[in-house]
Amino acid sequence: MSHLMVEARGVEKKIGHLEILRGVDFDVARGEVVSLIGPSGSGKSTFLRCINHLTKITSGYLSVDGELVGYQRRGNALHELSENETAAKRAEIGMVFQRFNLFGHKTALENVIEAPIQVKRERRSEATERARALLERVGLGHKADSYPSQLSGGQQQRVAIARALAMQPKLMLFDEPTSALDPELVGEVLEVMKGLVADGMTMVVVTHEMGFAREVCDRVAFMDEGRIVECSPPSELFDRPRTERARSFLAHIL
Amino acid sequence: MTIERELPDTERAPPELANLRIVPRNGRYRWIPIAIVIVLALMLLDGVVFNPRFEWGVVGSYLFTPTILQGLATTVWLTALCMSLGVLLGIVIAVMRMSPSRIVSGFARLYIWFFRGTPILVQLIFWYNLAALFPNLGLGIPFGPTLIEFRTNDIITPLAAAILGLALNEGAYMAEIVRAGISSVDEGQDEAARALGMPRLKSMRRIVLPQAMRFIIPPTGNETIGMLKMTSLVSVIALSDLLYSAQAIYSRTFETIPLLLVCCCWYLVLTSLLSVVQARIEAYYGRGATPVGTNQGDRT
Repeated sequence: MSHLMVEARGVEKKIGHLEILRGVDFDVARGEVVSLIGPSGSGKSTFLRCINHLTKITSGYLSVDGELVGYQRRGNALHELSENETAAKRAEIGMVFQRFNLFGHKTALENVIEAPIQVKRERRSEATERARALLERVGLGHKADSYPSQLSGGQQQRVAIARALAMQPKLMLFDEPTSALDPELVGEVLEVMKGLVADGMTMVVVTHEMGFAREVCDRVAFMDEGRIVECSPPSELFDRPRTERARSFLAHIL
Repeated sequence: MTIERELPDTERAPPELANLRIVPRNGRYRWIPIAIVIVLALMLLDGVVFNPRFEWGVVGSYLFTPTILQGLATTVWLTALCMSLGVLLGIVIAVMRMSPSRIVSGFARLYIWFFRGTPILVQLIFWYNLAALFPNLGLGIPFGPTLIEFRTNDIITPLAAAILGLALNEGAYMAEIVRAGISSVDEGQDEAARALGMPRLKSMRRIVLPQAMRFIIPPTGNETIGMLKMTSLVSVIALSDLLYSAQAIYSRTFETIPLLLVCCCWYLVLTSLLSVVQARIEAYYGRGATPVGTNQGDRT
C-alpha cells in the first residue's frame, strides 16, 4: 500500500497550442487535506479533473493510490485504459462540482443510491439504508424525497457530497464547492467538509475560501500559469509566502 | 436600518390612501370576439352538420363496417411498429452522430442527409421495387463470396417495404430530435455520472436520456401524429390501411366524400388519444423539472 494517495510528476495538458498545465509536480499523502489556490485560469480545476481522468493529460505521470488512473504502463509507454477500466478506477474517487450537478430527474435519495446500485451492484435495500444515513449526516435526512430543484444551493451541494461518499471513495476531489453559493449558504457546506476532514478523509480542494484553507488544510498549494509555484503548510504560505507571485496574489484577495 | 426624517404631514400621503379600492380594467368590448366565434360556430353547424350533401347518415353506417375497422387496425399497428423502430433507430443514429469518431458521425450525417432529403413516397416505391435493383439479397463479404442468399421478392413484401420505408425515414427525423434533446441536457450531468464510475453508455442511458426525454417527447408526439397520417401513403403499394380500405369501398359505391369523412373521424379519434398519452408521458418525464419549493436563485 502506497503512502502517497496522489502522485503527479511533470503533468502537462495542452489543448491545441494552449498549454494549460506545464509540468505539475504534486503529492498528497494518505489522510492529508490539501487545497489548491491561485488566480483563475491558473489550471487548478483542470489539474483536479486530471486526477480522476475526466480530463486526459498530454504527458507526465499521475497516479492515485499507487495506480495510474486512465492508463496502463507497458514498457516505456502509457496505454490508455478501456472505458470500463477507467470507470472502475473513477468509482473509487469522489468528486464534488462547483455547480453541484445533481441528477435533476432524481430525488436526493435516488441521487445518492444511483451509483452504488448501478456501478457497485449493491442491493437496493442496503444502498438505501446507507444513503439515508449519509443524508442524515449532511443534515438532510428530511429532504430525502425532494428533487434538486426544490433544494437550496447549499442543500444541493450537501446532497452532492453525500452522493460522492456513498461510493466509499478513498479520495475526495472538490472543485470550488462553494463558489456558486450565496454567501449565507457557504458555511453549511464547509461544515460538512470539516466533518470529513475530522474523519480522516484524504481531500484535494480547489477553493477560494482562504479561511477554510488556513483552518483545516494540512498544506496549501499555490498554482499559477499551469505550475504549482509553492506548496507548504497554510501558516507558512499565508504568512510568509516565498515567491513574489504568491505574495501578490494573497495581497489581492486577503 | 431606517432613516428617520422629519417631514411635515402635508408632504406625506394621508393614511386613508391605503384604503383605496383596486378596480380591474373592465373589458368593455369583450363581447365582440365572443359574438364572432358564436356566429362562426352557427355557420359551421348550418353548413356542415346540417348540410344533407355531407350524408352524415352514410358516414355513420360505414363507421364500424369490418373493412374500415380492419384498415384502422392496420393503420394503428403499422404506426406503432414503424414509430418504435424509428425511435430506436433515431437514438442509435443520434448517439453515432455525436461520436468523437469522424467516420461514425459522418455515416450518421450521411444517413440523415439522405433519408430527410428525399420524399418518403419515392422511398416507399423504391423499397417496393427493390427486386428490380437487387434480384437477390445475400450476406457475404463485399467483392468476396456470398454466405446466404434470398430472392428479394420473397423478403420484400409490400408490408416489409412499408415498414422499412417508414421506419428508416422516421429514424432520420428522430435522430435529429434525440440529438437536440441530448444537447439540451447540461454537460455536468454526464460528467457527474462518469465521475461516479459510470461508463459513457450507462451515463447516457441512466442520466442523460431520461432528462433529454423532456425535450424529446413533444416533437416525438408530433412525429407520431405525422406517422399516423403518413401510413396512408402505403396505399400506393397496395397495403390495406384505413385510407386504402375507404378507397376500396367508395370505388364501388361512389360515396367518396362520406367515406373520406369516415377516415377523418377515425384519424381524429386516434390523434386525440395520442395527445392524451403524450400529456401523460410528458408529466412522467417532467418530474423534478419544475421547482415547487423555494429556490435560492442559484439555478440558471
